[in-house]
Amino acid sequence: MIFAALPTDWLYGLLGGLMIGTAGSVLLLVNGRIMGISGIFGDMIDGSSRSKLAENAALVAGLIVFPALFAATGAAPATLITGDWLLIVIGGLLVGFGTRMANGCTSGHGVCGISRMSPRGIVATLIYLTAGGVTMLLARHVLTVI
Amino acid sequence: MRLLISFLVGGLFGLGLMVSGMTDTTKVQGWLDVFGAWDPTLAFVMGGAILPMLAAWQLTRRRRSAVLGTPFPPKSTLGIDRQILLGSILFGAGWALVGLCPGPAIASLSYGGTEGLAFLIAMATGMLLLRLWQRCAQ
Repeated sequence: MIFAALPTDWLYGLLGGLMIGTAGSVLLLVNGRIMGISGIFGDMIDGSSRSKLAENAALVAGLIVFPALFAATGAAPATLITGDWLLIVIGGLLVGFGTRMANGCTSGHGVCGISRMSPRGIVATLIYLTAGGVTMLLARHVLTVI
Repeated sequence: MRLLISFLVGGLFGLGLMVSGMTDTTKVQGWLDVFGAWDPTLAFVMGGAILPMLAAWQLTRRRRSAVLGTPFPPKSTLGIDRQILLGSILFGAGWALVGLCPGPAIASLSYGGTEGLAFLIAMATGMLLLRLWQRCAQ
């Protein structure tokens, strides 16, 4: 682990968060765009914003290539995803459908919206956090499916 | 130039997700598991990400447009409508079930194996279904 110098999870979290916020700041100040991943990816695949297609594709490419290089070094943190295919399909459909309906996800409404003091961003974040907590309570502790 | 900036921004975002631990779905699910083994890491990630963005939004007030000439994105004219409420509920539910939101879902292509790819395909399908449903509802 190249990050062994940092002792605790919250320091990694803060450092990674600062990197995410710096990325969003650069995109806003240089390109004049909001770093909202559901919008960038969604517009790219449904063709709803052709003028931004190349920019969106470049960002998605970076989001795949750089983590791949990091993962290839063998120093990247563990990444675990459930092996339950039913959960994967239902979860994926809900995340895709919901973020497009709400016009944003954790990056757009959360990071970019809250920092802009946008009422929509703040409300959306409070709701998806609450819905996530309730779903977790039901799925893990009541139904015990995850 | 715009494309290079977009590519590098996507890269820095992806590396930030990995460093912060947000590509590890158990950490994300741990954050949502308030009544179990609660993991507060995500709050530090959010806080860390919001700090530079606060400064960036302040800077936009002093400029007419972004460095490359594009006007800054206007605030949405939509209020708190049913779409944002229902959409966020559905998103939160799906987020809890697997622990992936759209950013890490795309990044997971590079390390998430078949499961990451399957989630990304399901997510893309959900996005297209929403558009289809909106078109039918019109």
